[in-house]
Amino acid sequence: MALNGNSTVLAYRRENDRVGVRNYVVILPVDDISNAACESVANNIKGTIALPHSYGRLQFGEDLDLHFRTMIGTGSNPNVAAVIVIGIEPGWTKRIVDGIAKTGKPVEGFSIEQNGDLKTIMDASRKAKEFVHWASELPRVECPISDLWISTKCGESDTTTGLGSCPTVGNMYDKLIPEGIYGVFGETSEITGAEHICKERAADPETGERWYKMWKAYQDDVIEANKVDDLSESQPTKGNIEGGLTTIEEKALGNLEKIGRECRYIDILEPAEQPAKGPGLYFMDSSSAAAECVTLMAAGGYVIHTFPTGQGNVVGNPIVPVIKISANPRTVRTMSEHIDVDVTGILRRDMTIDEAGDSLIDMIRRTANGRKTAAEALGHREFVMTKLYRSA
Amino acid sequence: MSEPHLLVHEHKDNVGVVVVEGLKAGTDMLCVVTADNSSFNLTAKADVPIGHKIALSDLKSGDTAIKYGEDIGRFVADVEKGGHVHVQNLKTKRW
Repeated sequence: MALNGNSTVLAYRRENDRVGVRNYVVILPVDDISNAACESVANNIKGTIALPHSYGRLQFGEDLDLHFRTMIGTGSNPNVAAVIVIGIEPGWTKRIVDGIAKTGKPVEGFSIEQNGDLKTIMDASRKAKEFVHWASELPRVECPISDLWISTKCGESDTTTGLGSCPTVGNMYDKLIPEGIYGVFGETSEITGAEHICKERAADPETGERWYKMWKAYQDDVIEANKVDDLSESQPTKGNIEGGLTTIEEKALGNLEKIGRECRYIDILEPAEQPAKGPGLYFMDSSSAAAECVTLMAAGGYVIHTFPTGQGNVVGNPIVPVIKISANPRTVRTMSEHIDVDVTGILRRDMTIDEAGDSLIDMIRRTANGRKTAAEALGHREFVMTKLYRSA
Repeated sequence: MSEPHLLVHEHKDNVGVVVVEGLKAGTDMLCVVTADNSSFNLTAKADVPIGHKIALSDLKSGDTAIKYGEDIGRFVADVEKGGHVHVQNLKTKRW
């Protein structure tokens, strides 16, 4: 009865048939030194949003691939109607424009060398104004809820996330994955202590083995190579410890409650990679830091993010609505403006996980229809690129 | 059912989670096992904040802590039944 006979939402059907729930005209910098021009365009033309970030110069190899994948994926996200790309020079600008253009959406690139900021800003502003007029006339149309791509990652977890808010997300996935949605979870380091369970949750043994190799590689190449202590206060974080989580094993077991009882993941994605094996649940190799992880999942094409929190992580994303779910009564009382779905009843035993899952699905539907999330209303627009190593 | 003070995931677990604010030492706690909604009573031996764990039996340094029916680390100090379990007496077995 999860969908309660109500299985459609009013959303934006894009040129490539993907469904978006927001309608942004994005001004996207290729590199850090193009942020100022992008922010000027966004200031000139109302109804646009600039996505400033810190990187894009002198990166190379896998790190550069990730940069392009994140840029192109962000512009390609169905929550984005049209994109202006601005870079210091035309080569990498065109590479991002061409990548986004594959979706069929309007996209145009501008480069600053031999123009200067001021001419670039003027030319890009004129085009951005055209895009805003066009995008603002696009209608929301009826779309099946099964066309939504819904990601998850939890933050400022505590023991109540494992008892309440993470199982709520898991229950949602158990109900909506069979309907045909795409799901994704990640946070590679944070599965440590539950890796034996996660490996078994693959759709088949080969996928489980690939997952385990990916997890082990992170463990050996990053954690073991760089740690100076037992990761006290990093994993778990100070906030986790304040909330009662003592060890990474305990945190991981709670985290994994987000994939429910029935779901099996069908593939493992690189950071910011788009899923390509059809509907179902995916694992994305990603940091457990909230803004980095949500940014990567948005670049992977996910349009709504479900975010369980215990102690009250306030993160948002500029293009994807982030729905906050909490079971911690102290957090819901002291930080009520950040919480979209209150599942404290699970701790009081007057709300079942099944009822909590239904209330999250209801909030997903309302969010898809246009309700602003707490993070959107409060202006949280954290856009954080993942960097693999130092630039050249 | 009245509101529980402590939730326990699985019957195998030797720790539970305080789910009320301001729990005081000496409280006769209603404890619920979420796996099957069965309940029992236990006396808290310390003031324990919401979200923090309480030992369900006398546990010794070197014992394994069990939650979700799984290993969540090793006790590095003894803790009595009803006592506060956290970083002062429980450590990860990883990194």
